[in-house]
Amino acid sequence: MSDKAYLILENGKVFEGKSFGAKGTVIAEVVFATGMTGYLETLTDKSYYGQMVVQTFPLIGNYGIIRSDFESKNIHMSAYIVNQWCEEPSNFRSGGNLDAFLMEQQIVGLYDIDTRALVRIIRENGVMNGMITNSLNDIDFSKISGYKVQNAVSSVSAKEAYTVKEDNAKYKVALMDFGLKDNIVRELVKRGCEVTVLPYNTSADEIIKLSPDGIMLSNGPGDPAENVEIIECLKKLTQTKIPMFGICLGHQLLALANGCKTSKLKYGHRGANQPVKDLTTGRVYITSQNHGYAVESNSIDESIADEVFVNVNDSTCEGITYKNAPVFTVQFHPEACGGPKDTSFLFDRFIKMMGVSDNAVR
Amino acid sequence: MPLDKSIKKIMVIGSGPIVIGQAAEFDYAGTQALRALKEEGIEIVLVNSNPATIMTDKAMADKIYIEPLTLTTVERIIEKEKPDSILSGLGGQTGLNLCMQLAKSGFLDSHGIKLLGASPETIDKAEDRQMFKDTMESIGQPVIPSDVVCDVEGAFAFADEIGYPVIVRPAFTLGGSGGGIANNKDELGEIAETGIAVSPIHQILVEKSIAGWKEIEFEVIRDSVGNAITVCSMENFDPVGIHTGDSIVIAPTVTLADKEYQMLRTAALNIIEALGVEGGCNCQFALCPDSFEYAVIEVNPRVSRSSALASKATGYPIAKVATKIAIGYTLDEIPNAVTGKTFAAFEPTLDYVAVKFPKWAFDKFVYAKRDLGTQMKATGEVMSIADSFEMAIMKAVRGAEISLDTLNLPKLFNLSADEIRNMLHTTTDERLFVVFEALKKDITCEEINEITKIDKWFLYKLKNLVNYEKKLSEGLTEDIYIQGKRLGYTDKAIERICGEKVTYSLAPTYKMVDTCAGEFSAQTPYFYHTFNTQISGGENEALKLIEHSQKPRVVVLGSGPIRIGQGIEFDYSSVHCVWTLKKLGYEVIIINNNPETVSTDFDTADRLYFEPLTPEDVMNIIKIEKPVGIIVSFGGGTAIKLTKHLAENNVNIIGTSADSIDMAEDRERFDELLEQLHINRPKGFTVMTTEEALDAAHKVSYPVLMRPSYVLGGQNMIIAFSDDDIKEYMEIILST
Repeated sequence: MSDKAYLILENGKVFEGKSFGAKGTVIAEVVFATGMTGYLETLTDKSYYGQMVVQTFPLIGNYGIIRSDFESKNIHMSAYIVNQWCEEPSNFRSGGNLDAFLMEQQIVGLYDIDTRALVRIIRENGVMNGMITNSLNDIDFSKISGYKVQNAVSSVSAKEAYTVKEDNAKYKVALMDFGLKDNIVRELVKRGCEVTVLPYNTSADEIIKLSPDGIMLSNGPGDPAENVEIIECLKKLTQTKIPMFGICLGHQLLALANGCKTSKLKYGHRGANQPVKDLTTGRVYITSQNHGYAVESNSIDESIADEVFVNVNDSTCEGITYKNAPVFTVQFHPEACGGPKDTSFLFDRFIKMMGVSDNAVR
Repeated sequence: MPLDKSIKKIMVIGSGPIVIGQAAEFDYAGTQALRALKEEGIEIVLVNSNPATIMTDKAMADKIYIEPLTLTTVERIIEKEKPDSILSGLGGQTGLNLCMQLAKSGFLDSHGIKLLGASPETIDKAEDRQMFKDTMESIGQPVIPSDVVCDVEGAFAFADEIGYPVIVRPAFTLGGSGGGIANNKDELGEIAETGIAVSPIHQILVEKSIAGWKEIEFEVIRDSVGNAITVCSMENFDPVGIHTGDSIVIAPTVTLADKEYQMLRTAALNIIEALGVEGGCNCQFALCPDSFEYAVIEVNPRVSRSSALASKATGYPIAKVATKIAIGYTLDEIPNAVTGKTFAAFEPTLDYVAVKFPKWAFDKFVYAKRDLGTQMKATGEVMSIADSFEMAIMKAVRGAEISLDTLNLPKLFNLSADEIRNMLHTTTDERLFVVFEALKKDITCEEINEITKIDKWFLYKLKNLVNYEKKLSEGLTEDIYIQGKRLGYTDKAIERICGEKVTYSLAPTYKMVDTCAGEFSAQTPYFYHTFNTQISGGENEALKLIEHSQKPRVVVLGSGPIRIGQGIEFDYSSVHCVWTLKKLGYEVIIINNNPETVSTDFDTADRLYFEPLTPEDVMNIIKIEKPVGIIVSFGGGTAIKLTKHLAENNVNIIGTSADSIDMAEDRERFDELLEQLHINRPKGFTVMTTEEALDAAHKVSYPVLMRPSYVLGGQNMIIAFSDDDIKEYMEIILST
């Protein structure tokens, strides 16, 4: 029988559940993710750094652990909360179960609580901090409420630059790693790109020196406004007119570099069913999303950029196209994994931009 | 694109009489469609030959023709009514075929009538076997090697080329009727001949058998500008080879990793785009369990049994949205009635699983062949919702009204492990219970998977139930009790297995079906129960709504799964009961577990509990709802059977009393009553054993009619001509 474990929210609510994976005490921001599949991609998504994730789908781990589906080598979230985890997974690619994987990664897991009740609390009150622990003695609430996700990007970004390519690559892409999902690299390589992944603190000059055909800004964790140096770097890069494509945090950072504001959403968008409307065509796409902050639509200066994608549910900003350079960014995840691939054509758009730009190798 | 203003008068074609493969779900879809049209102020002309439906109610359409669904009749009505449009896709295969005939003959064009929903080209691309194959190949979607033939010789030639076994599917037929699996030339000859005969265009498809692959379905919706979403994915418990109408189905898929899920989702979206469907569509796939290889099995460019199930499983009203699309709206313009805040252009996400369990009529036909295959045999179905597969399957089984409240089928108890192992090789309506018995007899999940190809995920979950029952039989503790409730056991079942009185209690936590896993606040009064303890944060979401209710409350019991003798007419009467009570100022609560019905639409009653109609499940709801009374008289035999239990628990039964009902249903008491009133009747006795039956038969002399108490529609009734007949009959009856 598993040991008892508790989730204590900063508002004082306690959930008694059971422990799986690693044991221990951990404090983090509690967020919920609504995807019904894709738990491996969620677990290995660096954007969850500093957070504990509760899955709304009650049966997690059904198809076991499949390493080739990971979005990074390790788990970067602080803890994982599910209703039930699957002891005996079934899939032809499965190697092991969730419990063993969390143990290997030393990640604290909690299960057997009313996850829907927890999600409803977060929805009504907004994102809040929580602590998972094995004992209810000596709980220091100030520690829980005082927690803040910090230095998120520097914690998850690559420490050194590396290059991924296949033979006959046509375009050189500089990919700034703010906590990237590996599928961004795969989508680019698949389309004939030589991708150089760069640490978050690579300077604009160093990037320009690489004379890339395009610059890709990755997703990543944390409060975008915290990344002052990156924003400065992006200001310089926008001057170059090199084609640029940003996803999620990359989208937010570029918006900040162009004078926009970002703010925290009440409980964010985390799931694989978010509808997004392309304002230029009227088409709606179902997208994969994972973000707690968003660009404020009314902060976009119309003389330099247009809002081109909005969320159908809450009208928040989902994408920007810039006017004076071949640059566009989206809040959602066109690289999917997990989630729908409906917007993977945006990578084709980026490739096309590099094709018409002068720097392209032909 | 907003409403097409040129549409003023629409003709809607219903699906006609209930047949296997086309049942109440089309009344549900049709009713939703009519309401959606009414909202827009469009004049509606309805043609349907089935009067036992909500859709043919006076209030539903402006003109209703209860006429045969034939080409000449429909043409005559069109000439008289002069509609400007006709809606295909909501009247099942019958409605779709009629619309296609009207379009192809040029009748619609010559009368200036627009065909809304699926166009003739779309219908052809999906339904004509050869055009379907060509369309799939043109967009790179794999199909199963197959050939369209019009004679038996052609079938032989192709089968020789691809090898046996092969599957025969006649073109333009319903529920796979006339088709089957042929293992050799002899069988193929027989099946092909029947298939060619029943196909209206005398055409069959012969295809390679991929029996054993996973069967996965996606419900997709697309609008006129090309926005497309998937409403729901479903995975069949039984692998390919058994008609999905006869299969246990779980929503969403559970054994697919995101990579496989997205591969099939993308395929479904590409298919609906290529077919140009505007409205709902069902895509069926076969997925190899050991690789990413898959094949498109079939596409239905219309609402179907699966879409009714998907609607109830997710809360997303497919028929309504499909209708709005047909009259011009795009997905991002249609509000999501569940959240009130979001739009139809989103994909529902579930925080539970829904399980469908078919209802077969084999109990009516004691001697019928119980084998299942590519031709659908189920007459109805139940659905259950829970936060685990174990609880969902337990709820489904006890709600299916097959005299079971667990997966233990008594007639299998005395069979040896080898006998059970042999039974695993044939697929019958009792397959689930045979598998359960096999697990109890320590046949491994791996071996069962080898024989049945049922995914191990399901087998391990069933094994959890077996293990639990073993532990429970050793004694009850509070922990074990809570575990049992979370796995879906009723108190009565727990007591029977452990042989102890249950002294613990745990109140169910009712959860809302809200299409969005709690991401948005929803007002849908649509609930199911789970069990979460207080300390684990357990929250009962129904309580808030009950607290706010101002009016006296009445519970109406639905009629459960459709079967012979208890069909859609009971849904019709329960829905009318609900409406009348609402008009009289009551707050009405409905309990039912049939996904094909209007009564389980979340906006029919004030609150819907999608739960099995069993004593414990119903009493749990009564405990929190505290109604002034409960109405059983519109729920058919299903509700009647609960009367006694409800009366014993001091629930006020509105209408005929429990005692009067018992007097009419219990053969012995009914006999006494007739005796008292001096009414003549055939001589008869109530018997409990074979010996008593033989005795009674000798007293009244052969032939004798044998019929059980509390049944309807002649369930299990036979005429016995000899002692042997009686012995055989009693053996079957006593074992069920």
